[in-house]
This record gives sequence, structure tokens and C-alpha cells, in this order.
Amino acid sequence: MADYLNPAAWIFAFIQALLFAAAAPLLVAWVRRVKSRLQNRSGPELMQPYRDLYKLFGKQAMVSQNTSIIFRAAPYIVFCTTWLAAAIIPLVVTQLPTAAIADVIVLVGFLALGRFFLALAGMDVGTAFGGMGSSREMLISALAEPAMLLAVFTVAMTAHSTNLSSVIEHVLNSGIILRPSYLFALFALMLVAVAETGRIPIDNPATHLELTMVHEAMILEYSGRHLALMEWAAHIKLMLYGVLIANVFFPWGIATNFSTSAVAIGLLAITLKLILLAIILAISETVLAKMRLFRAPQYLNLALLLALLGMLSHVILEVGT
Amino acid sequence: MTLQLAYFAILVILGSALISVFADQMPSLLRTAAFVLLGVGSIAAIVSGVSTLISGSSFSATLPFGLPWLNWHVRLDALSGFFFALIGVITFAISLYGPGYVREFEHGKQPLSVLGIFTGLFIVGMLLVVIADDAFMFMVAWELMSLSSYFLVAYQHDRAANRRAAFLYLLMAHVSGLSILLGFGVLASFSGSFAFDILRATEIPALWATIAFTLTFFGFGMKAGLVPLHAWLPEAHPVAPSHISALMSGVMLKVAVYGFIRMTFDLLGDIHWGWGVAVLIIASVSALMGVLYALMQHNLKRLLAYHSVENIGIIFIGLGLAMVFMGTGHKVLGVLGLIAALYHTLNHALFKSLLFLGAGAVIHSSHEKDLEQMGGLLKRMPWTGLFFLIGCISISALPPFNGFVSEWLTFQTALQAWKLENGILRTIIPLSAAMLALTGTLAAYCFVKVYGIAFLGLPRSRHVRRAREVGMGMRLAQGMLAVLCLLFGILPTHFVGVINSIPIQLVGVGLPEISAHGWMWLTPINADTASYGAPLVLIAIAVAWFLLTLVLRRGKKHTVHDCEPWDCGFSTPDSRMQYTATAFSMPIRRVFGLLFHIDEQVERNNNTIKHRLTVTDRAWDLFYKPIADAVHKAARQVSRMQSGNVRIYLGWSLGTLLVLLWLIT
Repeated sequence: MADYLNPAAWIFAFIQALLFAAAAPLLVAWVRRVKSRLQNRSGPELMQPYRDLYKLFGKQAMVSQNTSIIFRAAPYIVFCTTWLAAAIIPLVVTQLPTAAIADVIVLVGFLALGRFFLALAGMDVGTAFGGMGSSREMLISALAEPAMLLAVFTVAMTAHSTNLSSVIEHVLNSGIILRPSYLFALFALMLVAVAETGRIPIDNPATHLELTMVHEAMILEYSGRHLALMEWAAHIKLMLYGVLIANVFFPWGIATNFSTSAVAIGLLAITLKLILLAIILAISETVLAKMRLFRAPQYLNLALLLALLGMLSHVILEVGT
Repeated sequence: MTLQLAYFAILVILGSALISVFADQMPSLLRTAAFVLLGVGSIAAIVSGVSTLISGSSFSATLPFGLPWLNWHVRLDALSGFFFALIGVITFAISLYGPGYVREFEHGKQPLSVLGIFTGLFIVGMLLVVIADDAFMFMVAWELMSLSSYFLVAYQHDRAANRRAAFLYLLMAHVSGLSILLGFGVLASFSGSFAFDILRATEIPALWATIAFTLTFFGFGMKAGLVPLHAWLPEAHPVAPSHISALMSGVMLKVAVYGFIRMTFDLLGDIHWGWGVAVLIIASVSALMGVLYALMQHNLKRLLAYHSVENIGIIFIGLGLAMVFMGTGHKVLGVLGLIAALYHTLNHALFKSLLFLGAGAVIHSSHEKDLEQMGGLLKRMPWTGLFFLIGCISISALPPFNGFVSEWLTFQTALQAWKLENGILRTIIPLSAAMLALTGTLAAYCFVKVYGIAFLGLPRSRHVRRAREVGMGMRLAQGMLAVLCLLFGILPTHFVGVINSIPIQLVGVGLPEISAHGWMWLTPINADTASYGAPLVLIAIAVAWFLLTLVLRRGKKHTVHDCEPWDCGFSTPDSRMQYTATAFSMPIRRVFGLLFHIDEQVERNNNTIKHRLTVTDRAWDLFYKPIADAVHKAARQVSRMQSGNVRIYLGWSLGTLLVLLWLIT
């Protein structure tokens, strides 16, 4: 929290948050494009998500008569919390004042708050699909969130800090060491990221098949700018997990000061890292099939187990040596 | 002066109990006088408690009551002051809520006087427990609390289930009381006195200290509702009137926490880390089992009662961490755990009372306890709905509300496990942190279910469709607690600075760093390790929201409100097509199936299909039935003596007499 009075840091934090929101649809478009290429399709252009959002923002929002204020407030809350969670993560530079205000536990808390309202909005319409989606989403997150917390705790314990900026700087300063705990935590976090962002094999973002959808079932009744906010929040969430994995486990290249050259390198580095991660995601989505819902707990238990192993291998093998 | 104010509080609340004697002749007396006196007394309690806490000193006196050689000692120190104020806050909310709520009972079969008398005595009992400074007065006050709450649980005794719940409560309250008494007995046998200051000064051999700890942990744990000693809690709390449930769940369980803290951190002297491990394991299991069983309930108040088991577990996780760290010589970290536990104690009192009052308001206006029959209440009871939502967010430990701060502090304590030398301890603490994380997310699952089913969607029955908003007093009480939930969520630094005097008095160490960086920053260990700027988080949410609406509101078409739900193009849904509470929690029932005792039956008769599902607590089969069976068996053996022959009975008497005489001489 040393730099929270530095105005330059605040300006960087703000620009970074805007960049996060602006770049998120591009990442989604890139994943889709790589996936299409892998499946021998030409796929949509990279600008397509922006066009979709623009179109939706211009449309009238239809709100069912059964709903209450929760349904109308939820898109705003979901977007705000996801965006604020993204603002905590160092994207291009470390030493963010926002990372001092809210540490990694608050980040998980923000995501949970958004999900809480997302699930409530699903139930607010009073349809069977909404409740179904909410119930499934809460099940998946109930099992994924502990795994995520444990994975980040492992890293936080190594760095002796839950502040993401400090964690990243600690990893940078300690050089390239192969820690078993980091490997476990990395795999756990990747599994969690896939589950939490509703990708294959847990959920399929491209389908509206009634019986299998999770995220889509909750936002089924949304339209217009409400839908746009929900979609955008989902895009930001994907990028958030991508940046979290990229910068915590492979922080090399991230800027540690505000000089132009460092920031330029940082920008380039994160772009490359995200491109790579997106390719990995697209490949895994192409080769895997969606699981039955009740296989998902096994998948998530694996994530929890890996995270726990990471934590234990840290406290047993690495502490005090 | 502070102590006089405390006496005043107790006497005024006692007055409220006395005046209620006449409530049967004059039903309005309860509303106009008894609750007003409760309110006055509770304000005095808050003032005296808070001023003790802020002054950081302690006040003691000896009262001319009690046994001839053992007068009652009272003492108000920071720890007592904290719990005194906590009881005061919830009692104040009750005094606002009660007048509207008890109207329902004015035309009932049960006498109103019973409700008024025992409510007053119950609160007096709790206040006396907290300020007691000798074991004798502590036990007398403890019994007053237990007995008077028994009468409140049994208030609506026309239903057999309620009588059964009340009996179970009485039985377990006394087993726990007995165990605590034995624990004090062990201490007293070494010091030769019941007064706390002598107990505190006496050194006890490690073995006997462990025995005393085990006895009191059992006793206080049973009263607090730790698994597997929780069986009475989900039975007793739901059957009492709702404002009493709020008092029992919000405050009475905390009095047990008080007793545990007083005993362990104050009277027993040196803490062994092994005790901490035991507490940590039991607490983690309690937290997880509490929330899992809560998910299976669809009686609103029973569900909330199981969440008390969960939250007591979280409080004891903090205490267990504190004991482990203190037992291994990390005093400052131990203090952090203690502060986290105390913070969660306060938070749980606030949001659980809020939720019970909300549940009471729902039951008051719809006469429905079953979640499966509710729905759409937010439109019918907008204020209660808003306050209940705040309660749900707080209990689910989501920022920026209060539940999050205390769980954050607990996590921060657990994350310091790397400082311990012992590898086993370093392993156990992360495991309990994992269980705490799982508990938190499952709590969110459960409260999405509660709020989504009860307050959102369409009403599932006619009387719920006709529900109306409750009266001003009832709304005010909920509103006050909701505001406090938010305040303690965004201004934690002030509060932590104030309760810092508790560990300073108890163990001589405070947390120097926690509020060292100004009122905006909560920095439990130091600024580099972790910081949380709670007010800034709230500001950030507000700014983000403002920016968003500013961008979106300009020149956009209005929202259309009166369309039918789309529902993937199926026919217009009616209320019976909504997801039910049972369906909502079905995935959990399946994933954690081994932990429940599930009895599911589908009956097909001609064209109707009946689905019956009962989920019961495994604790009954595992712990209680064997004990009950053993008692039964023993009783049968003893009954062999009952031959019906007078001569043999006389022989038994003679034999007993001889044995006793032999024992005495």
C-alpha cells in the first residue's frame, strides 16, 4: 500500500482498468477464431464481439413482468464487480494502488458477489430454466472457489503477502525456481478458470441447448443493454482469469515502474501471454467434449485436490528450507 | 459509574419481566411497557459495555447476595463489556420489533405473561453470566439463562414436536451445565476458591488443566452448538417465537462463546497448542456440516438455525487458530485470531438476528414457514426484502458487508501458518482454511436458494400472495441491524481499534499494526503482508456504478417492463413451474450424499406420483441413538431390582445405608 498516494499510480490503475474492459472482447474473439481454425471453419472476425455489444447496447431492453428490481440491478452489479475485480489484478504494471485496497481474497469476494446477484437474477424470472441455471452455477462455483482460494493462498504464502502486486514482485525477484507447489497451484487454477468462465468441458458458451446450459440459462431472459452488460462481464471474467494465471505464474516482462519502455514491454508481454493461453484454451475446447453435470464435481474435486496438494507441498517441503 | 449503569440495565430489564406478570389481564401492557423497559435497559447496557471497552479498564465489586461465605463478585472488563454491549444491541432491536410481533399472540391460547416474564429473565440471565466474576454466580446466572429460555422454546407447547424440542433443549442444556460445573470444580479444587481472580492466579498441573479444558469445551461447545453436540439447536431455535430465536441464535450462543474465551484465555493460564488443534478440527467440521445440513432444510427458521452451527464453527476456527498460535509462542498472531473470532461473533449476532427477524416478519404476514410455499415476497414486502437481502449478503461473507471482514481476518490468520515450526500444525491449518473456504461458498449457495425461492419469482401459495409489509417497529428493527451490518463492513478499522483492548487485558498483547495506517486501512500483520481498504471498496463500487449509469442512460430507449418471460419459447410459466428449494439443493444432496441420511421414496398410484424426501442428521444415528440405547439398556438392568417385594426393597435401603456409613467413617 506504499504507493497509494502517488497520482501517477492511480492514473495507471484507471487506464489499466479501462484497457481491461476494452480488450476483453478481443480476447474472446481470438479464442473463437483459433477454435474455428482448429475446426476447419473460417470463424467470425476479431471485431465481432464489439459489434454484438454495440448492437445490444442500442436495443430496447425487455423485462418480464414477473421480475423485481433485482433482475434490473443485477447486470450493473455483475458488471461492476467483475470490472473492479479485474482492476485489482496488475495487467501491465505492478505497484497498483488498487491491489493494496483489495487483496486477492477480496478479488474472490468480488467475483462471488457478482455471481450471487447473477444467480438471484436467474431465479427472479420465475422460470424453470433460470432456477436450473442458478442451482448449477452455484454448485460449480461452490466447488471451484475453494480450489481457487487455495491455489492463490499457496502463492500468497510463498510471497508472505496476499497483495497481488507484492506476490508478482516476489515471484519476479526470486528468479526462475521450479516449485512443486506452484505447479500444482497452476494446474488447479487453470481447471478452476475453465469451470468458472463457463467453458468446455463444464459449460458450453456457444449453445442454448436447454438441458445442458448453465451460464446461458441464467441470462436467458436478458435483452438489450442488460444482456450486453452480462456478456461483457463474462468477457472480462475470461480475461481476468487469463491475466491472473499469466501474471502470477509467469510474471516475466511485467513493468515494475512507470517508465515508457517498461510499460511498452509489459504491454507486449501480456499480449503474447494471453495469445498463448487463448490458444491452449482453444485447443482444449476442441479436443474435449462437454461433461455431464454430475461429472463436473469430480473435475472440480480434482482441482481442489491439486490446490490442496500444492498448499501441503508448500508447507511441508518448502517452508523452512 | 459504568458498573452502576450495568446494574441499572439489569434492574430495568428485570422490571420488564416483573411488569409482564400482569400482561394477561392487560394485553397491551406487554407492548407499551415491557418492551419499552427492555429498550431502556438495553441502551444502558450498550452504553456501559461500550464505555468499558473504550476506557480499557475494568470495574469490579462484590454484591451482598449469594452464599454467606461467598458473595457475588461482579466485574466488567473489556471482554465482558464487549458481550454486554452485544447483548444490548440485539435486545434493543428486539424491543423495537417485539410490540408489532407479539400482537399475533394476543389472541392465542398461550398466556402473554409467560412470554414477557421469561424474555426479561432470559436477558437478565445472559447479562449476569457476562459480568459474573466467580464460578458460583456464573453457574446461577447460566442456569437462569438456560431455564428461562426453555420456557420460551416451550411457549407454543400445544404441538407435540415443540414439547419434544423443548425437552431435548432442557436435557442438553443441563448436560452442558453439568460439564461446565465440573470444569470449574477442577479449577476450584486447586485454588480453594470460586472467585475468578483467585482461579486466574492459580497454577494447575498440565494434566488437570487439560481435563478442565476438555470439560468446559464440551459444556460450552454443547451450548454453542458445535457438531456433534448441536442436535438441540435446529430443533429448539425454530419453534420459539421469532424474536426469541433471534435472541437465542444471535446472543445466547455468543454467551457460550464468551464462557469459552473467559475460561480458556483468561482462567486456565497457559494454553497448550494441542487444545487449539482439537478446537480447530471440531470447528472446521462444524462449519462445513452446519452449512451442508442448512442446505437440505426448507423450513426457513430451521435453515437459519443450522447456519448458526456453521457460524459458531467459523468463530471457533478463529479461536482455535488463536490457541494454536498462542500455544506455540506467537502471541501477536494468536491475538489476531482472537480478534477475528470476536469480530465474527459480533457480525454473526447482527446478521443472524436480522435474518431471524426477517423470517419472523415473513411468518407474521404470510403464516408460512415452508420455503416451498413462498415466492415473490420482495414485491409484497419491499423493506423486509431489502433488509433480508443485506442479511443474506452479510452471512455469505461477500464484500463490502461485515461477514466478509471477519472471514478475511480469519484467512489472514490462517495464512500465517508458515511461521509455525511444527510440520503437522502447518498442515492442519491450511486444511481448515480450505474447509472455511468451502463453507463460505456453500453458504452463498444456500442464501441464493433462500432469497431466490422466498423473495423472488412468483408466489407458490395463496396466503403468500396475500402477504403484506409488516409494521413500522418491525421494519425499524431490521433496518437498524442492516445498517449496522454495512457499517461494520466498511469501517472495520475503528471497531478493531476498540476491541483491541480485549486481548491487551486478557493476554497483555494487542495488535499494534492493525489500525496503524489510518482509518481506511485494515492491516492485520503489516502493510506489506495484507491490507484491506474497506471504505475505498465501497467508494469504488459506487464510482463504477455511477460511471456505468452515466454512460448507459444517455439517449437510450426505455426499458419495456410488461412483457411475458421468454423461457426458451415454452408456454408462459406459472408459479408451479418454478424451481423448488428441494430441486435447487439437489446437486449438493447428490455430491455430498454420504454425509446425509437420505430417505427418498416415489409412490405411484394410478395417475398420481408422490415424491417423499426426508434428509436427517447423521449425528443422530452416530452419536445420540447409541447413547440413548445404552441408557435404556442400563435402565432395564436396574429395573431388575424392582421385584415388588417390600422386604427386598428394605434390604436395599439397609445395604445402601451401610455402604454410606462405611464411606463416611
